[in-house]
Amino acid sequence: MSNTGTSKRAGVNKLPTHIHGFDIITAGGLPEGRTTLVAGTAGSAKTVFAAQFLAEGIRQGQNGVFVTLEESPDDIRRNMTTLGWEVDQWEQEGKWIFVDAAPQPGEEYIVTGGYDLGALLVRIEHAVNKVGARRVAMDSTGAIFTQFDDSSLVRRELFRINSALKQMGLTAVMTAERTAEYGEIARFGVEEFVADNVVILRNVLEGEKRRRTMEVLKLRGTNHQKGEYPFTVMPGEGIIVIPLSGIELKQHSSSVRVSSGNEVLDTMCGGGFFRDSIILVSGATGCGKTLMTSEFIAGGATHGERCLLLAFEESREQLFRNAAGWGRDFEHLEEQGTLKVISAYPETAGLEDHLIAIKAAIQEFRPNRVAVDSLSALERVSTTRGFREFVIALTSFIKHQEIVGLYTATTEDLMGGGSVTEAHISTITDSIILLRYVEMFGEMRRGLTILKMRGSMHDKDIREFSIDSSGMHIGKTFRNVTGILAGRPHHESPMEVERLMQMFKD
Amino acid sequence: MNKYILKLYIVGRTANGERAMANLRRICEEELKGQYQMQVVDVLEHPQLAEDERILATPTLIKELPPPLRRVVGDLSDTEKVLLGLDMVPAAARKGDHA
Repeated sequence: MSNTGTSKRAGVNKLPTHIHGFDIITAGGLPEGRTTLVAGTAGSAKTVFAAQFLAEGIRQGQNGVFVTLEESPDDIRRNMTTLGWEVDQWEQEGKWIFVDAAPQPGEEYIVTGGYDLGALLVRIEHAVNKVGARRVAMDSTGAIFTQFDDSSLVRRELFRINSALKQMGLTAVMTAERTAEYGEIARFGVEEFVADNVVILRNVLEGEKRRRTMEVLKLRGTNHQKGEYPFTVMPGEGIIVIPLSGIELKQHSSSVRVSSGNEVLDTMCGGGFFRDSIILVSGATGCGKTLMTSEFIAGGATHGERCLLLAFEESREQLFRNAAGWGRDFEHLEEQGTLKVISAYPETAGLEDHLIAIKAAIQEFRPNRVAVDSLSALERVSTTRGFREFVIALTSFIKHQEIVGLYTATTEDLMGGGSVTEAHISTITDSIILLRYVEMFGEMRRGLTILKMRGSMHDKDIREFSIDSSGMHIGKTFRNVTGILAGRPHHESPMEVERLMQMFKD
Repeated sequence: MNKYILKLYIVGRTANGERAMANLRRICEEELKGQYQMQVVDVLEHPQLAEDERILATPTLIKELPPPLRRVVGDLSDTEKVLLGLDMVPAAARKGDHA
């Protein structure tokens, strides 16, 4: 069972918490037999963390004691039901026990002389013995400071409780309030007696949006991931941490090529996209991004590949109608079971939630290719930083599945220009395809070029393409036009073009 | 008659606990002669009782009867506060009224 006794000399053993993603950023879990301080401002999901620490423990066969210093056990039972934890059932089964130390309404203490919190300690020990607990959660220490005026006494007593927990070999989580997202670790100097291990939960207001992050500040004697990691609280799941650098970038790139859905484009790419690469298609509105997505999807699905299309800009009906207009029968492909379309409004959820939903969809459908149309729509609902993290996490996840992914990004300017989306993610993607409007003699024409393609030769020309009822037709190179990508097409005389070509010969 | 029911919760034999017991006996003798029932609960022996009463601090004195229920924390050395906490009028003051 427990190996606390044997490992004391060898260093700090870690107890996997089984909180999603948390064991990755802590490099294995919380130090076993120690107390970890979990500090956060109001609404930063401290209580959820404390309860989940116990809930996941119970699922691993480790019983737990919840010492509630703030909310009543009834409130906690009720709140945790929405997260999918049947606390009262665990209580009946003798796996979870409350120590109710929450202040009662209207009850105040009159202090008539010296006292300590010995009774609380005895009650915790009693509860631990009663269920044979391995985990203890105390939530939240700030509340006990407001119950008793003498804060140095409370600090001393919490230290005593902490030492007792350690002696019993229990792994514990103590939560504490913070007054600001960036500042002192916790109110009342709680960190002074549980200074070995500190985790900080943040709920930052950034650009009018709330963003949750988690930071492992220290785990004494062991390593862990540094920095803030986004997390979310999902109904039925609880806390899910999204470890970014936790995802090892050791995807072995394959040399297997898959069709882009367009023959000419395949040729331009040197034989198609790599099977485990991410392609970014960037262009102004109406430039042909959704068309390219449809061809990509249809190209896969008609060859029996499973394709997942995540649409954040257009409804299902619209997409199907568009595809039909280009001669692609999505309805038929869906009936065959090779195509799955998920259409959602970006505004319905935060980016973290979208990411989790996308991951779940990929895991369930197990597609060979995935398209996201468009990433820019998702960018609208997030902060710059949050968006970048989202793209990194999504990209690494898709690459891990060894499937090909295609993202689209909308440029703001009609002509030329880059987009914010591009600037953020161009280094992450393997290939970038630009779609651009080209104004020529009073006419808007469309151009396409492959800006980069990692690990492969590719066509460097800017080619003209047209769209009709059978899809995209890539034609000749724009000769005697320069400045297309800069958004300022300029016509050169054929002689000048000839002269430039000569310059680059040899 | 047993007018007052008082329960004193302590944890083992501590200085605070000993003082609280002595102070409580003295106060009861002075103020409630023959009108009280006093019980000392050692939380170490009866942790479940402490759980049921949600005792955090020790010593804690609970006045169960007469209502309302009152809780007083500490070694009870501040007699005035103890009486205040238990809604009792000091005997000296009562005598003063009669005089």
